[in-house]
Amino acid sequence: MRNSLLAISLVILLLGFSGCGSSDQEKTGAGAEARYLTIKGSDTMVHLVSAWAEEYMRLKPGVELSVTGGGSGTGIAGLINGTTDICASSRSINDREKDLAAARNLNPREFAVALDGIAIIVHPENPVNDLSMEQLQGIFTGNITNWQEVGGADLPILVFSRESSSGTFVFFQEHVMNRQDYTPRARLLPGTSALVQGVSADAGAIGYVGLGYVKEAGDTVKAISVRSPGAEMAVAPSDQTVKDGSYPVARPLFLYTNGEPQGTAKEFVDFALSEQGQGIVHEAGYLSVQ
Amino acid sequence: MRMDKFMRMVLAGTASFSVLIVALIFLFLGKEAAPFAFDPGLGKLFGAQWIPVSFQEELFGIYPLLAGSSLVTLLAMLFSIPLSVVGAIYISEVAQPVEREFLKPFIEILASIPSVVLGFFGLVVLAPLVKNFFGLGSGLNALTAALLLALMALPTIITISEDALASVPRSFKQASLALGASELQTIFRVTVPAALPGIIAAIMLGIGRVIGETMAVLMVSGNSALITLYPLDSVRTMTATIAAEMGEVPFGGHHYQALFWVGIALLLITFVLNTLSRIVLKKYGMAQ
Repeated sequence: MRNSLLAISLVILLLGFSGCGSSDQEKTGAGAEARYLTIKGSDTMVHLVSAWAEEYMRLKPGVELSVTGGGSGTGIAGLINGTTDICASSRSINDREKDLAAARNLNPREFAVALDGIAIIVHPENPVNDLSMEQLQGIFTGNITNWQEVGGADLPILVFSRESSSGTFVFFQEHVMNRQDYTPRARLLPGTSALVQGVSADAGAIGYVGLGYVKEAGDTVKAISVRSPGAEMAVAPSDQTVKDGSYPVARPLFLYTNGEPQGTAKEFVDFALSEQGQGIVHEAGYLSVQ
Repeated sequence: MRMDKFMRMVLAGTASFSVLIVALIFLFLGKEAAPFAFDPGLGKLFGAQWIPVSFQEELFGIYPLLAGSSLVTLLAMLFSIPLSVVGAIYISEVAQPVEREFLKPFIEILASIPSVVLGFFGLVVLAPLVKNFFGLGSGLNALTAALLLALMALPTIITISEDALASVPRSFKQASLALGASELQTIFRVTVPAALPGIIAAIMLGIGRVIGETMAVLMVSGNSALITLYPLDSVRTMTATIAAEMGEVPFGGHHYQALFWVGIALLLITFVLNTLSRIVLKKYGMAQ
């Protein structure tokens, strides 16, 4: 009795394995017929690019896309070395990389596919309405610790940040904080909703979130205007000011191809820029480029 | 006859499966963490600053994380040990059967609440309470985390302590009462001392639960990597660090390896706790 039970379970196990084997074979068979495309680059954009890829593969059965992160630099290097077809990058290609590409007779073609704007949020009752980039740097590095120093009430500043794993953490550090370290007293929160919750609860709090989330948060937090170095007026974050480039804490997100894209690569870039693709941009928390 | 031997082997294999898994976990942790010892060197771990992502210099000192975990665990135990042990005494020794039928399911429900739900409760309800009570800027600190963890340790300690109390032979209590001791004297002079090893084991398990808890702590402790003994400061625990940073860390980098060292430290701590509780149980002759 037990013997036969064991035999049956062994047979089932074997069937299970052979099942896996055959489905693998089908996959490679289909992959050989279809065009296969790799997209590599920015960790910030992995989520967005994966969402595009999933939708695209649903629309075009038989096409296989592989999306990996590793950082914008890795992606651009991959493009130059020919190990990836499309590169996702959260920064423009720099001169050194352009020279490297030129040395190999490559001409990377740039497509701005989304905009990433970061809003600085404070408690709604905080009287401070605008801050300069220098003041923001002082606050987040811990050199400015009281709201009085930036024209507010006599209240200690509580710094909230995303976790160090977040792309926004690094973007903010690079663009606003002049590559300095965050103050060790900064409270690191695991998600955007926790951060909004934290800032809305504390009168002395300051934090940052993607622009898309500020609208969702409504009146629970206040987004403050930011003054660029040398500028006279502080600019409030909005879809408009991010698009025209006057709001300083924002960046475009790019896809790069080797030369003019062709075939599946062209179709994928077109899809990303299409109305449907830009809808996915919006869902991922970024701004559409249109 | 051969079949008996075969089945015996199958059963022995199943029983030692967990041994194999533990060995594999140690092996895997060691394999991922080992390169760190050669490249930046282990000395990097013994530092007072944890700044894993930086344009200046990446620092992987685990002292702030050790301090954070210790502070939160100590505070949580301070709250939960008296509450749960007294609670267990009441349920086991004093409560009417009707009360017991009412209390026990609720304690079990408390045990079954997912920690992320408790964490959300902490974030939305407990943190503002702590904040207002102490007049703080933010309620995300070690105290809030400890209160939440105390809540999570309660069911573990109560259930096991209650089992220990219930397993004290009736003859002990009857003898005590027959000698003229009052009910209260019997409970505190006879029943509790007799069940003490079980209660200590319960507390050890509670500590294990608290030190390993991740999600709720990640949500309410504020996660600032500070070395502090002040309960109203924000702290960063080892578990929260691993959970928050492992997801996006570049595979195979120094940061990745440092997180595995944090995991090894955590494993060593729970290992020592387990060994200690076994020694305690053995000393009182309760080891299985």
